[in-house]
Amino acid sequence: MKFTGNAIKYGDNVDTDVIIPARYLNTIDKKELASHCMEDLDKTFITRVKDGDIMVAGNNFGCGSSREHAPIAIKESGISLVIANSFARIFYRNSINIGLAILECPEAVAGINEGDKVEADLDNGVIYNRTTGAEFKTKPFPEFVQKIITAGGLVESIKKGIIK
Amino acid sequence: MGMTMTQKVLAAHCGAEKVEAGELILVNLDLVLGNDITSPVAIAEYNKLGIDKVFDSKKVTMVMDHFAPNKDIKAAEQCKMCRSFCGQQNIEHFYDVGQMGIEHALLPEKGLVVSGDVVIGADSHTCTYGALGAFSTGVGSTDMACGMATGKAWFKVPSAIKFVLKGKLNKYVSGKDVILHIIGKIGVDGALYRSMEFTGEGVRSLSMADRLCMANMAIEAGAKNGIFEVDDETLKYVAEHSTRKPVVFKADEDAVYDEEYVIDLSEIKSTVSYPHLPENTHLAEESGNIKIDQVVIGSCTNGRLEDLIAAAEIMKGKKVANNVRCIVIPATQKVYLDAMEMGLLKIFVEAGAAVSTPTCGPCLGGHMGILAAGEKAVATTNRNFVGRMGHVDSEIYLASPEVAAASAVTGRITDPKEVM
Repeated sequence: MKFTGNAIKYGDNVDTDVIIPARYLNTIDKKELASHCMEDLDKTFITRVKDGDIMVAGNNFGCGSSREHAPIAIKESGISLVIANSFARIFYRNSINIGLAILECPEAVAGINEGDKVEADLDNGVIYNRTTGAEFKTKPFPEFVQKIITAGGLVESIKKGIIK
Repeated sequence: MGMTMTQKVLAAHCGAEKVEAGELILVNLDLVLGNDITSPVAIAEYNKLGIDKVFDSKKVTMVMDHFAPNKDIKAAEQCKMCRSFCGQQNIEHFYDVGQMGIEHALLPEKGLVVSGDVVIGADSHTCTYGALGAFSTGVGSTDMACGMATGKAWFKVPSAIKFVLKGKLNKYVSGKDVILHIIGKIGVDGALYRSMEFTGEGVRSLSMADRLCMANMAIEAGAKNGIFEVDDETLKYVAEHSTRKPVVFKADEDAVYDEEYVIDLSEIKSTVSYPHLPENTHLAEESGNIKIDQVVIGSCTNGRLEDLIAAAEIMKGKKVANNVRCIVIPATQKVYLDAMEMGLLKIFVEAGAAVSTPTCGPCLGGHMGILAAGEKAVATTNRNFVGRMGHVDSEIYLASPEVAAASAVTGRITDPKEVM
């Protein structure tokens, strides 16, 4: 898996209430959810995000509510990958389950600034900051999780008999 | 190396004699839960699986509590979708307006969870049932869908932090103060990916309502689950509410914990989490003159009968301060009825508070008490994130029912000792 895009950077403890405020949870329409993505934290996000952009954040990204609407809104907004120091656990598994690529890499978070051009090569475990020329090594997913992602999410894993 | 309480429950549900922290396992589920905002996403995913029937129609439950009674047409459509799915699938435990309560208050009350169970719920506060000695954790809608289809879920076996409780709580201090104190100590990601296990002689002095409240907020420290050692009080509660037999798992003597904290309950004071993170804790008595606009007493954290009794004791014969709206939300129909029969609702109404039918409502900024820009609320709920209860420029102070009631009366954040 390879991703290329510009970095959109946030701080620590970005919670699911600001990723997608609860007042919009009366719908499961992905496009509509995406149109409100990050609204309570950054009103400019949805106007400036471009397909393939990479979200970069600090500790405990996605904390709070279990709403899967949060990774859905991020994915549908065009974000291809989220890199953070750490993820809240429900957000982490929801992202894997719906097929949003996410990665824990504090070194990359420290070495990427807002707007930097970033390339991530998850097969070889390397993140490149093409703006500064820096390179960061990442750890691969556990094999079991890799299987879910490769299958295209949890529902596909069950359909394909990977999980019985 | 022995196993923690959580590891023992998980081992028993994946057919293994032993599991170790970090291991990925597929676990058999005793209950799969969803609500009116997470179930519609789950139903859409379930329908993609091509599996006709859920794994067990008695082990799936849906509770219409978040935006119910329906707050708008879209919310009505979502509840309709859940109702129709549960009808087709013959889901026995479908709770709609009139029977429903806030899910995490309702399920233990209905006896749907007993000690030793493994429960997943598409709601982050599913960790509440750890108070009964169950492994229960919040998941997303896709996990819920696959859980409904297969009766299984994948987990990474967590390591744990041990909290040894000793001593007894002082008057007007409750489980909420303990868990806010702990979150203040370890931070909102202090228990990330891990279990919080509560043990020690101090557990015995805590009511089941206190324990449910504490386990409920384990997620606010980032934990996978919170779990309490089972004692006579737990078994009594389970016997009173369920016909199912509890299974008691104790941590091994040589279980390994990442960290251990000793918490002296007698030293805990009324604690308030200031905006905008639950870890931002301060003492109520040191809060000075923070004027408030609204008080909410309710939620899956603090909407139980014991919480309303505590609030009513403080509000009895007093009035809600001028310019403060106080909203009391009994968590379930049974809590509502019991509170009515005990005269608690009369105390609230006479004090000038509004009493609502059960709903999650204002806790997540849904309906029934949304804040305007610049407004401040004291709430017995569980999150004080930016915009959680309304406008992004509003503020939420998390507190116990005792502090909330005292603050309603004075119009500023108040330690209950001051008004009693």
